[in-house]
Amino acid sequence: MTLFAARDIAIQFGGIKAVDAVTFDVNEGEVFSIIGPNGAGKTTIFNLISRIYNPTAGELTFKGQNITRVPPHEIASLGIARTFQNIELFAQATLLQNLLIGRHCHVRNNLISQFCFLPSTRRAELEHREKVEDIIAFLDLQRYRDTLIANLPYGVRKVVELGRALCVEPKLLLLDEPSSGLNVEETEGMAFWIEDIKKDLGITVIMVEHDMKLVSAVSDRVMALNYGRVLALGTPQEVQTHPEVVRAYIGGEA
Amino acid sequence: MHQALKTTYKQDMSLLANRSGVFWYTLLIAALLLVPGVLGEFYVNELGGVYIFAIAGVGLMLLTGYTGLVNLGQGAFLGIGAYTNSVLMTKGVPFVITLPLSGIFAAVAGVLLGIPTLRMTGFYLAIATLAFGSIVGTIFQKWTAVTGGFDGFAVPTPTIMGYPIEGATGVYYMSLFVLIFVLWMSINILRSPVGRAMVAIRDSEVSAQSMGINLSLYKTISFAISSGITGLAGALFAHYVRFLAPDSFDILLSIQFVTIIFVGGLGSLHGAIFGALFVRLLPQLIAIVRDDLPFGIGRLPGLEPSLFGLVLVLVILFEPTGMYGRWLKLKAYFKNFPLHRRGGARRQKAYAKSERLR
Repeated sequence: MTLFAARDIAIQFGGIKAVDAVTFDVNEGEVFSIIGPNGAGKTTIFNLISRIYNPTAGELTFKGQNITRVPPHEIASLGIARTFQNIELFAQATLLQNLLIGRHCHVRNNLISQFCFLPSTRRAELEHREKVEDIIAFLDLQRYRDTLIANLPYGVRKVVELGRALCVEPKLLLLDEPSSGLNVEETEGMAFWIEDIKKDLGITVIMVEHDMKLVSAVSDRVMALNYGRVLALGTPQEVQTHPEVVRAYIGGEA
Repeated sequence: MHQALKTTYKQDMSLLANRSGVFWYTLLIAALLLVPGVLGEFYVNELGGVYIFAIAGVGLMLLTGYTGLVNLGQGAFLGIGAYTNSVLMTKGVPFVITLPLSGIFAAVAGVLLGIPTLRMTGFYLAIATLAFGSIVGTIFQKWTAVTGGFDGFAVPTPTIMGYPIEGATGVYYMSLFVLIFVLWMSINILRSPVGRAMVAIRDSEVSAQSMGINLSLYKTISFAISSGITGLAGALFAHYVRFLAPDSFDILLSIQFVTIIFVGGLGSLHGAIFGALFVRLLPQLIAIVRDDLPFGIGRLPGLEPSLFGLVLVLVILFEPTGMYGRWLKLKAYFKNFPLHRRGGARRQKAYAKSERLR
């Protein structure tokens, strides 16, 4: 069943067509990877999905609903969460606070009740905390709970960002280069978590990734991009051996 | 290292961090309540001034220290609060109504400033708020029908349930009460989703947005809270100075508020209190040593503002965490004595951060 679909989406920055008429469907429960050389438009697609950019053409649908014009802060409550390539955590807050911010789209208390910290807010906070603790246990982050993000090593921050996205309780998770900057061991850990997220939490994942080992280990389908256009779409093996993709990465006779 | 043992989630959202905190703060409040009976009128008056500036400092701290929005026109909100309170009182409205009204008026003014400046950050926001401050200052001068212009007017004595709040002692207790209330509310804000959203906006707007935080809404809320609290301080300030004239609310006042939060320590409520102590007590200190300074330095005009400026620059350069940060480092030093680590408080290099999406 199709969970998310992009129809002919395009975005232009001045004369540059960063994404040009890209169409793809993501089925519920699959891991869908987007690969491509630098500047192919992978992260731009993520920014289009999370509505940071406005597409110049095309349509995005999520659970059958057109989200092309939804404001960016409403994307999370629809059930789409994301991570960032260069880690966009709240550096001067603790890990716990970061994950609690991930719960923001589930906050229902009004301002007055928050200003006075009424019992309703207190109860809601405890519920959020329990949800957050589930994620902390899931990702084994207990020992860093009260540490400032600024004092955490890079590898842990990557995991925290994944955790913050999971706290949104998304249906669709966008991972922007989850393994960048991680060592071999940490990358393997990431692969296990992506598997678990898919199997245990039932979350659909769209992932931008350069590490082909990770891509072929976890992806159900792969889309290869270059210069904002789709080169190939299929299983990891199909895409990796596709002549267009090989040419884009390694070069060849034109 | 010493670490508190936590047994329930509730501990992480309690008003004060631990039981010793409850003890010491209760003792502090009790001591402060006794101050007017022990110290002379001069000290009571000065402390009252410290409280009023601390209230305004807490207001600006929520905006600048926690939401990351600069405001160089905070003095204007103090003025709006002061004039709202005093003008209404001369019309016969009782103080118990004018006090909250001055907070609400200032909050509305804050929203009016917040909305057009929503997309501004850094220098641009600083300049816009600076301009706002001087516009409001000009209104105080020119709108003679309401504000009395340059001549100003005497502020009536407030009464609460028939009892007049008079003199330094009256202002002292009133300010202490409002300060405690404002601190209680600020802690509530910081431990609930609004406060977390503010911190999120400060640290990364783009991911705050992706977590479902409506940037415009929360920036406006932050402006409203900050200016509302400062408006409350303004109402008290009017009774503190007893005579309102527009020249009390010039740019120097706004710079003093900025000094409060920077010198006190950005991003902590303690910092606002420490900063207010510093800003209010430095002029007194200068006054004491003025005559003993060599080469006639003490008689130089503009000694006070230049010292403020110098301290502000030095703090930003050498102690960005301010007085509160220094206090935490001292505490850590003595807690670990004699095993403290040299360079344990050294600032770490931050990882490169993407600016592309800004």
